[in-house]
Amino acid sequence: MALFAIDRTAKQIVLTVQEYTLFSARALMNFIRPPIYWTDFLIQSDIIGFGSLPIVILSGFFTGGVLALQSAATLSAFGATAVTGQFVSLTMVRELGAVLTGIMVSGRNASSIASELGSMVVTEQIDAMRALGVDPMRKLVTPRIFASVTMLFLLTIVADACGIAGGSAVTVFLNHQNGTEYFHMAYEHLRYSDIIQGLIKPLCFGYVLGSIGCFYGMRTTGGTEGVGRSTIQAVVTSSVIIIFVDFLITHALLSIFPT
Amino acid sequence: MNSAASAASSSPAPAPDSTPVVALRDVSVAFDGPSVLKQISFSVAPGETRILLGPAGVGKSVLLKAIIGLLRPQQGSVELFGQDITTMPEQDLFPLRARTGIVFQEGALFDSLTVRDNVAFQLIQERVLDEVIDFRVREALSFVGLERTFDLFPASLSGGMRRRVAIARALIHDPELILYDSPTGGLDPVTSTTIIELIVKQRDVHSTPALMVTHRLQDAFTLCNHRFDPEQSRMVPLPEGQSNPNTTFLMLEEGRLIFDGSLHELVHSSDKFVREFLE
Repeated sequence: MALFAIDRTAKQIVLTVQEYTLFSARALMNFIRPPIYWTDFLIQSDIIGFGSLPIVILSGFFTGGVLALQSAATLSAFGATAVTGQFVSLTMVRELGAVLTGIMVSGRNASSIASELGSMVVTEQIDAMRALGVDPMRKLVTPRIFASVTMLFLLTIVADACGIAGGSAVTVFLNHQNGTEYFHMAYEHLRYSDIIQGLIKPLCFGYVLGSIGCFYGMRTTGGTEGVGRSTIQAVVTSSVIIIFVDFLITHALLSIFPT
Repeated sequence: MNSAASAASSSPAPAPDSTPVVALRDVSVAFDGPSVLKQISFSVAPGETRILLGPAGVGKSVLLKAIIGLLRPQQGSVELFGQDITTMPEQDLFPLRARTGIVFQEGALFDSLTVRDNVAFQLIQERVLDEVIDFRVREALSFVGLERTFDLFPASLSGGMRRRVAIARALIHDPELILYDSPTGGLDPVTSTTIIELIVKQRDVHSTPALMVTHRLQDAFTLCNHRFDPEQSRMVPLPEGQSNPNTTFLMLEEGRLIFDGSLHELVHSSDKFVREFLE
């Protein structure tokens, strides 16, 4: 009985992975074949990008501040508080800017995408769209995924800038250190490889959160309860996969750009 | 008997050799278990209106979705406008679906769009000019008597109004086939009659072939025993004992088609289930 349950669960996981792969590949292909719904792409970009701006600015700013506080406390033991700027900028640009933005935007948008599409599925709006001769994959899924990719890229840049600004605010106003020195260290030690690393990640994270939100939304069953379930699955799965993908990308990029 | 009534009652039934708009042959549909539909075969001829009767949960809506390829049968074949769509790729189905109109059980209006954008959904996708869209939407809304809802959102409409908007959306593209999925389900008798009147109007004015799913006998009989009078601009009953010859019945029981025939044959059927359903 237990073996049967394990067997069934394993098969369901494999089936879900297969369905997700086909789903996301179809969405990807739709972007290079007309019709492309540019208006929907712009609307989604506004919702995902501009709508997420406040949480990205605030989380980026305070994360930079916390990094400066923690690093200054540790670095002062070695008399190296001058490198606080380097520490904050490298951490934000290479890692935390992308990951934090990915998780914050995933919490806000993967859930909203899954619940919106899920509601459309259970109220037969998706069937109605198919019946009216419009492909919901092209009209609903592809614009959301590519808006997520584009906007997460831009939001990560905002988060990086806000993080460095937050670090500088703590350095100057709380730690009473030199602001010019902070910015000088932050800028001087930043390499192109760090920026590339920090900007490749949001492209992948955006794709993960957009495609997983759409995937769970489009396979919703079971009425309003099913919509809630899809929303939770979308947020949890996309957050975990973002961290997993971050590990893979970091590992791959460190072998390409060794520190 | 006035001339219109005479025409309605004496117009010939579709010729048996005319190519059916829809043809199902031994269609079976299942979802992770026993079949919901079992070896269903019937057709809808040009100009014909078929009423699919059956209690709730026998697979009427599933059958309707299978007709336009929203669900794929595990066995049998479905022909739509003379083309076999059983295994047709989704991409090739969109142009065929665009030639049909479907009214879903709860309307299935897009709740983020206004009534105007809902009704004009297909026209907007085809990039029709805004002035033309506005004109055609107002025309379609006037057909269902809801001109004043043009700028409203579906959330501010009653259940009956939503169904009428859904009918307007289904009709705006001059479909070659209309599918109605329980269009009067859950509505009060007055609103139900308004919806049935619209269906009768579409049948008698445009002769569009249709398949209407319902479990309400009264609606089915009203559709069969009435005609649309263009002079009075309303539905009027046919003379006693007459019915529309192009309106016929199908009945489902536990996923099987147990009846296919006219109103006369239905009311005189000796099948136990049909008798129980009628009584």
